[in-house]
Amino acid sequence: MTARRVGLTGNEAVALAWKQIRPHVVAAYPITPATQIVERFSAYVAEGEVDTEFVPVESEHSALSACVGAAAAGARVVTATASQGLALMHEILYVASGLRLPIVLNVANRALSAPINIHGDHSDTMGARDAGWVQMYARSVQDAYDRTLLAVWVAERARLPVMVCLDGFTLTHSLEPVEVYPDEAVRAFLGEGPLDGYTLVGGEPITVGPLALPDSYMEFRRALAAAMERVPEILAEGVREFRTHFGRDLPSVVEARGTEDAEVALVVLGSYADSVEQAALRARVRGQRAGFVRVVTFRPFPAAELRRALGAAREVVVLDRADTLSGLGGPLGVEVRAALYELENRPRVTDVIFGLGGRELRDQELDALLRDGPRGGVVYLGVEEPHVLEPA
Amino acid sequence: MAARWQALDRGPVIPARSSVSYRTWDWRQLRPVLDLDRCVHCMLCWLYCPDSAIRARGGRVVEVDYEHCKGCGVCAAVCPPRASAIRMVPEGAP
Repeated sequence: MTARRVGLTGNEAVALAWKQIRPHVVAAYPITPATQIVERFSAYVAEGEVDTEFVPVESEHSALSACVGAAAAGARVVTATASQGLALMHEILYVASGLRLPIVLNVANRALSAPINIHGDHSDTMGARDAGWVQMYARSVQDAYDRTLLAVWVAERARLPVMVCLDGFTLTHSLEPVEVYPDEAVRAFLGEGPLDGYTLVGGEPITVGPLALPDSYMEFRRALAAAMERVPEILAEGVREFRTHFGRDLPSVVEARGTEDAEVALVVLGSYADSVEQAALRARVRGQRAGFVRVVTFRPFPAAELRRALGAAREVVVLDRADTLSGLGGPLGVEVRAALYELENRPRVTDVIFGLGGRELRDQELDALLRDGPRGGVVYLGVEEPHVLEPA
Repeated sequence: MAARWQALDRGPVIPARSSVSYRTWDWRQLRPVLDLDRCVHCMLCWLYCPDSAIRARGGRVVEVDYEHCKGCGVCAAVCPPRASAIRMVPEGAP
């Protein structure tokens, strides 16, 4: 297999992945910064390059509803959204996972209103973290392309919907060299569609999503939890298959470097992985043993892998691009703390909330954070704390 | 239904059935008992029953569909007083 090296933005790479996935149905509604995914893909459909039923709908709620219907009928389905669009899909997210439908959703991570903002942070997908969807966060445009292909493989085997998150603008609108695989290679990797999908059309008639009262609802939810528990195993097999077909190694749940001897370990999600990994390397040059951990798959949460990667450190610094507004810090920090609680000798955790609404994280800020030494608690990086006003 | 959760890995999917095949009476406390000797076949009970549980044929009341009747008592209430062909009796009573 020979990959082609081309310059693509994150959105273009996802649209190209969709074309190669050859979904039976795409129902989508445009929203910044995910618009070009759907725009570009609808052009592929219009030009006859892919034989997909493209359903332009009037809202994101309808987009995901149409995807649910199509997936229940046995179709391979993908869609994309961001921010307010994902918030509007929220109700249907639970229907998709509860019905065990293998829908793939690319989310261009963007801050939520108010105040209105179009730039990147993880508030949108973190609001959907308990909706029963697998969540993977891309590090680069290449990773967004690769992971969109992988997501289809995983969704259809786990019988769960999968979100592939790519940071708004940082990835969606940045041009990067991407190695694109031949269409046939993608076809060989993914096959034709859901392995044994639901079939509302033809065959025996079925009822999808009947009423489940107190005598059975909990059993369905327990089964859903079990499906999520199996995901790491399916993901591990998925990345093995991915390597066989495309020759590329993808981390499945966690990516770690320099954690073996690290006194301080940095944990991050998404596209800031590059900056954070570089900060860890610069710290090493200064003589500070720093390690780098990227959480690739946030749902299900890779607690055991994080305990292995972080257990030896004294200090853990979590970089969170969202806030829970609970007083406990960001969602990644809360869950890293929860995972580490199992350890007898727990590292101290400092949760750093940064980059909300697209605020840049500067190298100097990361260096200063490491040089001054983290002190635990929750820090809002780059926000000037209010000065005490002297009485006039 | 109380299935074991291990058997539910394909999600909430069941064979399709129409409402006719669902028995929806099991919380009934009072049961309408129809006395066809007193019935004048005015069809008011058939018309008013919210669950279509009064069966009729050829313009005449035939029987109560106890698989779907929930015992609301509307049929007995609309039955003309001089006919009084429907009595509500506690479920389980003879």
